[in-house]
Amino acid sequence: MRTIRFLLQKEFRQIFRNKIILAMIIVMPSVQLMILPLAADYEIKNINIAIVDHDRSSYSQNLISTITASGYFKLTGFENSFKEALHLIEQDQADLILEIPQGFERNLIREGEQKMFIAVNAINGVKANLGGSYLTSIIKNYNNGIRLELSPATRFSRNPSIEILSSNWFNNLLSYRVFMVPGILAFLVTMIGGFLSCLNIVKEKEVGTIEQINVTPIKKHHFILGKLIPFWILGNVVFTIGLLISWLIYGIVPVGNLAVLYGFIGVYLLSVLGFGLLVSTFCETQQQAMFIMFFFMMVFILLGGLFTSIDSMPEWAQIISKLNPVSYLISVMRMVILKGSSLNDIVPHLIITFVFAVVLNTWAALNYKKTT
Amino acid sequence: MKQFIIFLRKEFAHVLRDRKTLLILFGMPITQILIFGFALTNEVKNSKIVVVDNAKDVASHKIISRIEASRYFEIEEAMLNANQIEESFQQGLIRMAVVFPANFNHDLVHQNKGQVQIIADASDPNTATTLTNYVSAIIQDYQAEMDKVNAIPYRIEPQVRMLYNPQLKGVHNFVPGVIALVLMLVCVMMTAVSIVREKETGTMEILLVSPFKPMMVMISKAIPYLILSLINVTSILLLSVFVLKVPVNGSILLLFAESTLFIITCLTLGIFISVKTNSQQVAMLISLMGMMLPTILFSGFMFPIENMPKALQIFSNIVPSKWFYIIVKSIMIKGVGFSEIWKETVILIGMTIFLLGLSLKNFKIRLA
Amino acid sequence: METVIKTENLTKRFGDFIAANEISFEVYKGEIFGFLGANGAGKTTAMRMLCGLSIPSSGKATIAGYDIYRQTELIKKNIGYMSQKFSLYDDLTILENIQFFGGIYGLSNKQIKDKSESLIEQLGLHQEAKKLVVSLPLGWKQKLSFSVAVLHEPKIVFLDEPTGGVDPVTRRQFWDLIYEAANRGVTIFVTTHYMDEAEYCNRISIMVDGKIEALDTPSHLKKTFAATSMDEVFYQLARGAKRGD
Repeated sequence: MRTIRFLLQKEFRQIFRNKIILAMIIVMPSVQLMILPLAADYEIKNINIAIVDHDRSSYSQNLISTITASGYFKLTGFENSFKEALHLIEQDQADLILEIPQGFERNLIREGEQKMFIAVNAINGVKANLGGSYLTSIIKNYNNGIRLELSPATRFSRNPSIEILSSNWFNNLLSYRVFMVPGILAFLVTMIGGFLSCLNIVKEKEVGTIEQINVTPIKKHHFILGKLIPFWILGNVVFTIGLLISWLIYGIVPVGNLAVLYGFIGVYLLSVLGFGLLVSTFCETQQQAMFIMFFFMMVFILLGGLFTSIDSMPEWAQIISKLNPVSYLISVMRMVILKGSSLNDIVPHLIITFVFAVVLNTWAALNYKKTT
Repeated sequence: MKQFIIFLRKEFAHVLRDRKTLLILFGMPITQILIFGFALTNEVKNSKIVVVDNAKDVASHKIISRIEASRYFEIEEAMLNANQIEESFQQGLIRMAVVFPANFNHDLVHQNKGQVQIIADASDPNTATTLTNYVSAIIQDYQAEMDKVNAIPYRIEPQVRMLYNPQLKGVHNFVPGVIALVLMLVCVMMTAVSIVREKETGTMEILLVSPFKPMMVMISKAIPYLILSLINVTSILLLSVFVLKVPVNGSILLLFAESTLFIITCLTLGIFISVKTNSQQVAMLISLMGMMLPTILFSGFMFPIENMPKALQIFSNIVPSKWFYIIVKSIMIKGVGFSEIWKETVILIGMTIFLLGLSLKNFKIRLA
Repeated sequence: METVIKTENLTKRFGDFIAANEISFEVYKGEIFGFLGANGAGKTTAMRMLCGLSIPSSGKATIAGYDIYRQTELIKKNIGYMSQKFSLYDDLTILENIQFFGGIYGLSNKQIKDKSESLIEQLGLHQEAKKLVVSLPLGWKQKLSFSVAVLHEPKIVFLDEPTGGVDPVTRRQFWDLIYEAANRGVTIFVTTHYMDEAEYCNRISIMVDGKIEALDTPSHLKKTFAATSMDEVFYQLARGAKRGD
């Protein structure tokens, strides 16, 4: 026990001595947490539309003003031909084209039916889908209006209609910040823990001080614990700062129990740090450790279920995400902070994360060799 | 010139000698492109939902079977009351609940009005809106068919055509983004430690007393990594085309030239970080901790840049991968030529020159 | 005389390369044992095996009575080690380094305090005690390293080229420290390239291409090789070496 005390004292002295790194550990996550959630917004708004109106009738004029008044669309081009409009799409100045054919008004009234053409830049499939369906529903409403105007009788006709009542629980304004802030905080805590721990032992290897440690009768698990605890505390500090920022800047107060949240973070940090130390024991240079950690961090973050949904991934990627500690943290953060889930709800996550922590740290301790 | 070649040989030796790192440098970007290319999509599908069917009649069955047939949903076994729905949300088991009231069909036929309730777990707003839209669309389709049967007059029929990516595949949007993201981070990291490591181990002093110009030092540091990255780009593009099945509609030569430019920009950024910092750890923390999330977010493939607050939109302009993403997307998917992307190209060239100038200036200060 | 290091046919192979080839020798308590050899002769490899940093490929050895294979952790309690590369923590102060290594070896707080004071006194580092080690000149760093290596009063201390790159005056002072430790009964196992330092040793062994080619007191060696100085002895032996930098 006494050995650990000396190890901790040494690690903390080194951490506090290097003011630049200490400042980076605290400032970088804070600044990123303040800014990045503002950038992470999927909500599709300001869809740029180019319109080609071959009809130039009062109906088509009306339709166009209904579309621009809807608030979803921004008219960025009013072209004479489809080809010109397509050019706007190529330059990324328009997301979709509405082409109103000649004779639109006349045909609609005489034939009772008229087609209309919409072309969508579908490189971003989701945006395309949504833009297309917004536009069709606006046209549909407009169509209903015309129908009423042309044959008021239909108002009383027996057309069954289904009304859809939708409600959004836990975040009824559908605010992306509420969703992103806990997630980004999860990433930041993970990165701090992972990067610091992976660089640590390998730095002692590079500088040569590890030799001096290896000739001492120090126990392997003491050494690993001595590395683990300081970063564990640092991780908790960063997490706490993050919670304060979420509260002060975004007004997000955890709905669930704080103790549950901290309990989970405590176990989670052990698993991430264990992973970092494991990487550290495998590498000879800091550069190697950094590249390997970079690789895993990218996979952990991008497959973590925050930016894209895990359900939509192929089978094998879903299996990977079962082995991804970050995905458990993301969902626990969302559960406890936003939905008010209780300890019972997160027990499965907690158990799995605990298993990660035990396995990774044991592996790291076994893989740290005092002899070659 | 002879000196330069000698120096270059030394740098190659450094890079090639460390087999483990070399393996990582080649293997990592390829694996990442494969994983992300296949796994990342902003589509929402296979979402677990419950349907609470209190009606159990013709209309509700028809709608439910349509929902079942859609690839977006996976219907979990039914639950009965609202409390259970909330519980399932809290345990993270389901994403949405669709509730049909008793007498749904009866109301629809006799009162011309039926109600369907959709409850979404909006703690993930993206999935919530998308799923709500999907279900609404399914119900509207059902309604449109009823309308057709009932022969409603004065119908406008919008015909929607999807350009470039008719199947709305996620890969087409994400692969160019992932290429930009991975290339940028890897290239920056490669050179970010290069100079600072020599400072740390003390070999820098030897270089500083030699008659070598700073420019030469930097170029010879970057060249091995440039060649390495070009090999990586080649394999990444081969993978994209043959494994991920993303077409290259434009000129491959142009794509290659633009990639080379982008790699140089990123290597220069790395060198700038290396010149500015004094320890490997600081350089690494900046290029990893400092750059990873911003690069993911501001490249623009994950989140539309036009949605961001004005200040952040302006900020996104200094992220090189944003420009490269536009270039790759334009060449690969849209198949346009240089005339459509000259602006982005000029910006990348400008950034490179600017960073190179800054690095040189800071390098000279170190000499004094 | 009590034997503290005993090796029999100790061998270390790295693939086809035999770094240390069946070396056998004994070192007695309180002795200053010089371990000489050209660069690449296998000195550091041999020393790393004796310290428990590297597992031998074959052969037997006991250090302070403990087996080199099974009891490495017990060996580590009884030895001190100073590597070729300076390996105290650059970003800690002198006092903090002493405190840390003292703590790791299980000294009590009082022992640590007394030891630090006497050590700083002995090295004359009052001014620098609270300065970062990185700011010290190399000579002082080496003296500090040695003092830290013997802090826990080990039975044996291994020194790997302790005076490389150090000026003659400091080297002299360094050897004073070594003698002092030897007088307290500490066995010193030291590698060096300086032949004047070899003369300071009680006995020396000379390694060529992974084998021990000679082992005796300096004066006997000079007699055997009919040489006037250790330089000559070394030259006669090392000349035939096939390995080197």
